Amino acid sequence: MGHLTNERSLAQYHRTPPGSQPPSLYEPYRATIRRSPTQPLTVLPHTLSEITGPVYGHEKIGETDNDLTRQHSGEPLGERIIVSGRVLDDNGRPVPHALIEVWQANATGRYRHKNDQHPAPLDPNFTGAGRTLTDENGSYRFVSIKPGAYPWFNHYNAWRPAHIHFSIFGRAFLTRLVTQMYFPGDPLFAFDPVFQSIPDDKARQRLISKFDLETTQPQWALGFRFDIILRGRDATPFED
Amino acid sequence: MDLVPTPSQTAGPYFHLGMTDTRSVKCIADPQTKGERVWLACRVIDGDGVPVPDAMIEIWQANAEGKYNHPDDTQGDDTTGDDTQGKTIDSPWFGFGRMPTLEDGSCEFETIKPGRVPGPRNALQAPHLNVAIFARGMLKQLYTRMYFAGDPANSEDAVLALVPQERRESLLAQPVVSHPGHWRFDIHLQGERETVFFDV
Ligand SMILES: [Fe+2]
Repeated sequence: MGHLTNERSLAQYHRTPPGSQPPSLYEPYRATIRRSPTQPLTVLPHTLSEITGPVYGHEKIGETDNDLTRQHSGEPLGERIIVSGRVLDDNGRPVPHALIEVWQANATGRYRHKNDQHPAPLDPNFTGAGRTLTDENGSYRFVSIKPGAYPWFNHYNAWRPAHIHFSIFGRAFLTRLVTQMYFPGDPLFAFDPVFQSIPDDKARQRLISKFDLETTQPQWALGFRFDIILRGRDATPFED
Repeated sequence: MDLVPTPSQTAGPYFHLGMTDTRSVKCIADPQTKGERVWLACRVIDGDGVPVPDAMIEIWQANAEGKYNHPDDTQGDDTTGDDTQGKTIDSPWFGFGRMPTLEDGSCEFETIKPGRVPGPRNALQAPHLNVAIFARGMLKQLYTRMYFAGDPANSEDAVLALVPQERRESLLAQPVVSHPGHWRFDIHLQGERETVFFDV
């Protein structure tokens, strides 16, 4: 085995349990109908191509990149929030140096984006984009304002529950995750096909952050916790 | 495995704000990076044959020697005397690119052709780029690979061999005859010419 340098170190990543991820096609979310493959996916063994990926950590993160309330001369309107949590793999091990990117609507439910036609005001003091790296323990933290719900054209009277978009780079290209974090108790969950696209109810609930008094700062901001789990790998290498 | 991975959700129509307005990467290879320089014109097309103007393509690739810039790629790190000896990351190299598609569904990358990396049973894979596609209307990313049409190594690639012959062509970038070094790669999300996507 000595000469099989790569083969011997390639512990395979876990596949996700059935129902825990949305399907590509979910008809109630209409845009999936023409953007989802109809042929079965080809299952790949994990080679170096799959188990490697962009690893960050030396990346420069600007001083206000993780504080979306301090990127302009004034403060944005809205409820100030602190979103924090940990990025772990499915074995429960922290994922350090993971790059997290977030983007969101402002407090009125409007994105600073040319295609957003929602007739709600932009906030001159809010861009709505941030980034940070997890620390050695996989922990991260953002300061922002609570985004508003916003309408879209999926069906009559369609509104998205308030959410923050998350993009996470873990250790491998196959652990790449783009998702959305929601807020507890949103009355729109039942009507939102994006949220409802996840078959397993327990998995779905994990996208809802938890209000957290511990990280809430008196006279300052509400705290919400949102932990993110990425795919992990077997402890023992796969031999074939 | 004790925990269940967090579900994916669509990147939505406004992903530019967080991922590409200030953080797109068109040039995967610096001017000093060693290797055969290639220009890639990618296009994303939906099931109606209509270009997708709000997709994002991410690329991850090895350098010209066939080595990834990643701690788990240990090729060349020891002296076991195998054929990976001497593989290095010696010119500027990260290996990641990402671009949003334009109105016509297209986006471009400038990079170098990757070398061959080991695959199953340590057989070398043909040169390929790993591709992930995100978009409004996609609840999770799709993974595919871009190979180079005409490369003699394609015939012995273990991943291409998993794909039925008649669909392999969807994984091959085609050279632009009038422009040496330029390649075209169309990604059909659905339909008769549907690209082969991978469950990784
Ligand atoms: Fe959104």
